[in-house]
Amino acid sequence: MDDLVLDHFRKLLEDVCSPNEIRAVENGGSTAVMWTAFQDSGFLDALIPEADGGAGLGLADVAPLFLELGAHAVPLPVAETMIGRALLGKASITSPSGPLALADLTLSRSALVLFADQATHVLADLGDRAALFEMAGFEATVPDSRGWCGARLRIRTDAVPVAELGQPRPGLRAIGAVACAAQIAGATRRVLDMSVAYAGERVQFGKPIGKQQAVQQNLAVMAEHVVMAGMATQIGCADGLDPTLEAAAVAKQVASAAAAAVADIAHAIHGAIGISEEYDLQLLTRRLHALRLAHGSESWWAKALGVARLEQGSTSTVDYIRAIGAV
Amino acid sequence: MLGNFELQGLPGSAEALRAPLRQLLAKHVGHLPVDVRARSWMGFDRSLSRTLGAAGYLGLTLPREYGGQNLDPFSRFVIVEELLAVGAPVAEHWIADRQSGPLILHFGTEAQRERYLPGIAKGELCFCIGMSEPGAGSDLASVRSRAERTDNGWILNGQKIWTTNAQHADYMIALVRTSGTAADRSEGLSQFIIDLKSPGVTVRPIRDLGGDEHFAEVFFENVFLAEDMLVGNEGAGWAQVTAELALERSGPERIYSSVVLLDAWMAHLEANGRRNEAGTTLLGRLTAQLATLRAVSIAVTAHLAAGERPVVEASILKDLGTGFEQSVPDLIADDLASHPEEDASDALLRTLFYLTMMAPSFSLRGGTREILRGIIARGLGLR
Repeated sequence: MDDLVLDHFRKLLEDVCSPNEIRAVENGGSTAVMWTAFQDSGFLDALIPEADGGAGLGLADVAPLFLELGAHAVPLPVAETMIGRALLGKASITSPSGPLALADLTLSRSALVLFADQATHVLADLGDRAALFEMAGFEATVPDSRGWCGARLRIRTDAVPVAELGQPRPGLRAIGAVACAAQIAGATRRVLDMSVAYAGERVQFGKPIGKQQAVQQNLAVMAEHVVMAGMATQIGCADGLDPTLEAAAVAKQVASAAAAAVADIAHAIHGAIGISEEYDLQLLTRRLHALRLAHGSESWWAKALGVARLEQGSTSTVDYIRAIGAV
Repeated sequence: MLGNFELQGLPGSAEALRAPLRQLLAKHVGHLPVDVRARSWMGFDRSLSRTLGAAGYLGLTLPREYGGQNLDPFSRFVIVEELLAVGAPVAEHWIADRQSGPLILHFGTEAQRERYLPGIAKGELCFCIGMSEPGAGSDLASVRSRAERTDNGWILNGQKIWTTNAQHADYMIALVRTSGTAADRSEGLSQFIIDLKSPGVTVRPIRDLGGDEHFAEVFFENVFLAEDMLVGNEGAGWAQVTAELALERSGPERIYSSVVLLDAWMAHLEANGRRNEAGTTLLGRLTAQLATLRAVSIAVTAHLAAGERPVVEASILKDLGTGFEQSVPDLIADDLASHPEEDASDALLRTLFYLTMMAPSFSLRGGTREILRGIIARGLGLR
């Protein structure tokens, strides 16, 4: 990704998604200004071919943008809309102008869907096909907790899709998981930066706590998780908009495991102030926990990968992982 | 501040080395029992190392004029990955190929290169690393072994301990004090090549907790070292050792030490038709983690290939990788003992027990977990 483009995107996020603006949205404020800024920026069509009016970028190209979304705790389905627009575009379906959530309804008629509380439309995987619905096609309930950002969607029996497209393989959950992994990678990196900075400022026993070996060791472990989440995300993004199940599984298993671990260490480093509403760390750690669960936690993906591996049969571990990491 | 870990594939020229080596290993290693293969780079087989040398798989990154193949670190990654994947007993050439050869190439004299490198590339010279001493483990700068200048060389007195393969090795490259005292820390240290057949050298193998003798203690009593046994500059030992450790910490051997067990366990799951949730989830989890670690290892290799010294990146990889390697026997033991209705083979159990016993060493050898995390913390700007 061009540094200039990335800087431009960062500037956009800093302008319209400041911590106070995120708080306002979380408190029920309007997202209209924020969303209009994303729409006007052109970034929402980054994954659409140039011939069709987009930027013609691949998933690996836009992954750094997804990381920035995570690092800024953007409370809207921006990555999901970029992906949804590209999938709809491929099927020659005109995308709606509003935020688009991605939902897997292959396992149940209802699902907790990330950012669905802020979406106007849902691209849903129905198993034999994917379909675009207006939000009116669902009963939406919002869990009354700040620990989740999204809604429970139950598809209405009489829901009529706006448009239908073919069967997504290996399922929308896979690309949704990759998008979450990327946002985790960005958020964990930001949380590490905040924790290192805080450890350098907070003085106890006459010196910054970052001079204590016990704190240094915990921050080193945190850094390792950040490296793992970042690399797993790259593996997930390597195959483009239809990741293999294996690549998506690696991305989300590793990133979800890192998300919880990084949030835990960050709070341990920050002490009581990290628990306070007014300090920005919580915007990121609450999001990390939500991203960890969305589209399947680490164990869900571990099992999916284990099943896939046992089905393939007696391939050595090294040969099996070589095929997943191939770029 | 964390370095750069970029996903990348291995070049085609490196991948091309894989298939022929795999054929050779099928012939020479395939028949070994799984618990013997589990020893991998701790397993000693002189004839295998010579076979690999003769076939051109050693001294890979050394220039051709010294008997090497003049290939890049990616090629070495492929060779090493194939050797570890099957658990080839590679201890005889391992240390020379990984770090002694490159050390002599970079810091040695022309005469030293000509004298040692061709033998390393042939798999005929076995090297060991003389770092740890009774009073110097993680605090390596406190080594007390001391070489005093004489008219025509040096006289060495002191002791090394926990030296892997010293009892088999032809040479040791040792870090010793050549001036000052332990209070001078990293100043005044130098590296020497020591012929372990020299008068005054005594090597005593140490039995490990699993019953093997993979390491030893080495005593030096007035051992004469000619001028030309000094490697690099007098007093530059610390900087040289630091460079050497980046090579020691970055390779696939820091992620694959338990991979033979992982494969044997997977075969057990298949043989028993096991599809239970916990076992399947564990298999997927270990596979996902290892796939990511492999990509991290290749990313660190890319830094080496670019001529950099990725000290922090190598420390991150080693700490992550050895933590993974150590988790494998723990988790598989729990799985197997949760299924008493299955008959795990003796070979699988011996493999499991061997790795369970040796796993603590994974995060000791080549720098402890705590030291590595200190290096990472320095990379974060905390010290």
